[in-house]
Amino acid sequence: MIQFKKNNNLSKNTVFDAKKDTTISLTQCIKCSAKLEDSKIIGSLGVCFYCGYHFKQPARQRIESICDKDSFVELNSNIVSANILDFPDYCTKLENARKASQEEEAVVCGLCTIKGFKVAIFVMEPNFMLGSMGIVVGEKITDLFEHALENELPVVGFTVSGGARMQEGILSLMQMAKISGAVKRHSDAGHLYLCILTNPTTGGVTASFAMGADIILAEPFALIGFAGPRVIEQTTRNRLPEGFQQSDFILEKGFVDDIVERKAQKKYIAKALLLHSYRKELMYDSI
Amino acid sequence: MTAYERVCKTRANDRSTSIDYIESIFTAFTEMHGDRRFGDDKSVIAGIALLNSMPVTVIGIEKGHGIKERSMRNFGSAHPEGYRKALRQMKLAEKFHRPIICFVDTPGAYCGIGAEERGQGQAIAENLMEMMTLKTPIVSIIIGEGGSGGALALAIADEVWMMENAVYSVISPEGCASILWKDVSRANEASECLKLTAVDLYNFNIIEKIIPENDQIFTNVKQELLNVIAKNNTLNHDELTENRYRRFRRMGIFK
Ligand SMILES: [Zn+2]
Repeated sequence: MIQFKKNNNLSKNTVFDAKKDTTISLTQCIKCSAKLEDSKIIGSLGVCFYCGYHFKQPARQRIESICDKDSFVELNSNIVSANILDFPDYCTKLENARKASQEEEAVVCGLCTIKGFKVAIFVMEPNFMLGSMGIVVGEKITDLFEHALENELPVVGFTVSGGARMQEGILSLMQMAKISGAVKRHSDAGHLYLCILTNPTTGGVTASFAMGADIILAEPFALIGFAGPRVIEQTTRNRLPEGFQQSDFILEKGFVDDIVERKAQKKYIAKALLLHSYRKELMYDSI
Repeated sequence: MTAYERVCKTRANDRSTSIDYIESIFTAFTEMHGDRRFGDDKSVIAGIALLNSMPVTVIGIEKGHGIKERSMRNFGSAHPEGYRKALRQMKLAEKFHRPIICFVDTPGAYCGIGAEERGQGQAIAENLMEMMTLKTPIVSIIIGEGGSGGALALAIADEVWMMENAVYSVISPEGCASILWKDVSRANEASECLKLTAVDLYNFNIIEKIIPENDQIFTNVKQELLNVIAKNNTLNHDELTENRYRRFRRMGIFK
């Protein structure tokens, strides 16, 4: 199992300010305040074993737990962002994001089997500028959908994002259109797209491929919305109601099919694929 | 003129809004209200009109003039029902083989409690996906502010044009300045960083045309519309939607 990296997601408030006791490596749960041993949280898929809170999970860890063992083959791992707008401090930001996440970009894409079903999969990375969507994210996800269309594969996606990447200006906005086009073509050809929205999924990602799936699931305790809560409070000068934009609220308003906790996701995905008449590549354990 | 001066110009009370364009370019405009799901969003006007003798579907995000009308129009910030009203009319355009013309002028999709409850993100996402494959020609013109996803939701088109002084951006200069420097007053600098003018976007291959803002602006727009519709009407539906997909597919430069 891949280790949590430094600046991992098990943090008090944000991705980057882990409140840790350095000697025994404890992380405090932001929901129930329980102090958890890091090594044990990894074993529980990044879920608090007292209250069930779902910490942000790095892309490679998700892949490890969702894909069948050794089945994941990465696509387009080599394309990296450039500062095409000469945006202030963007190069430094990218450097820091690479260090914090040990990833080249904010999404990891590839092919794998899930309980024997072959799928194209994308997993966004919370430690890379909070899953910010720029040109490379757009290109990798678009290419994945095109690949899936060509090879008649279903797509499984995991989103985590603060939205479009400001530092790439209008070109990042256009990625919403580009990905949406590829999602639509894949859909029109009759293929399944299942997307799991994790904490947080907001902005341009919500307003494009996150909400464009055939089956949309939410992880428990995820913030899901278009505008972030702070922006809404500033715009409306209203305090937001308790639970606003949380998974339960989104389910109640009718925008996701269900809330599925992390440990049940693999089984859910396999069941969905079975229900859509996909066939297993290999004999794996039954779902 | 600096980028920020253009931003301010797009927000000026006397700048032409969608209704001004519609009244000057088309005849017999017949407005159609409501999304058939929740209500009628006054930030978005939609209907059918004649361009010379050709029926066309016209959609516009409307800011209004003067404080009273502006607040009635929610300052051009649409709710989900506005995008759904637009999509309903666009589907009818496809059914009746009418070209679609969108006028975009918005600070952004509305950020509020009701907008979130009714699925602002879902509404925009649906427009992006559906417009991509509509089997009828679409032209979108950014006439003032092109505010992020709220503008894009009406700008999935075969061609996107900008008026000379219009701006189109992923985030408002104020929002950008507050994130970058925690200082809204530096919107001026942020405007430069974001590269949001018509010339910037033309150079990035994001738009096909910049329309000069001289004393003939409505005539200019009308003539360009007649030209592009004549051109796009020669394409079959597959060519049209393939070109539209390719138009967005190529956007993005990477190492
Ligand atoms: Zn807990």
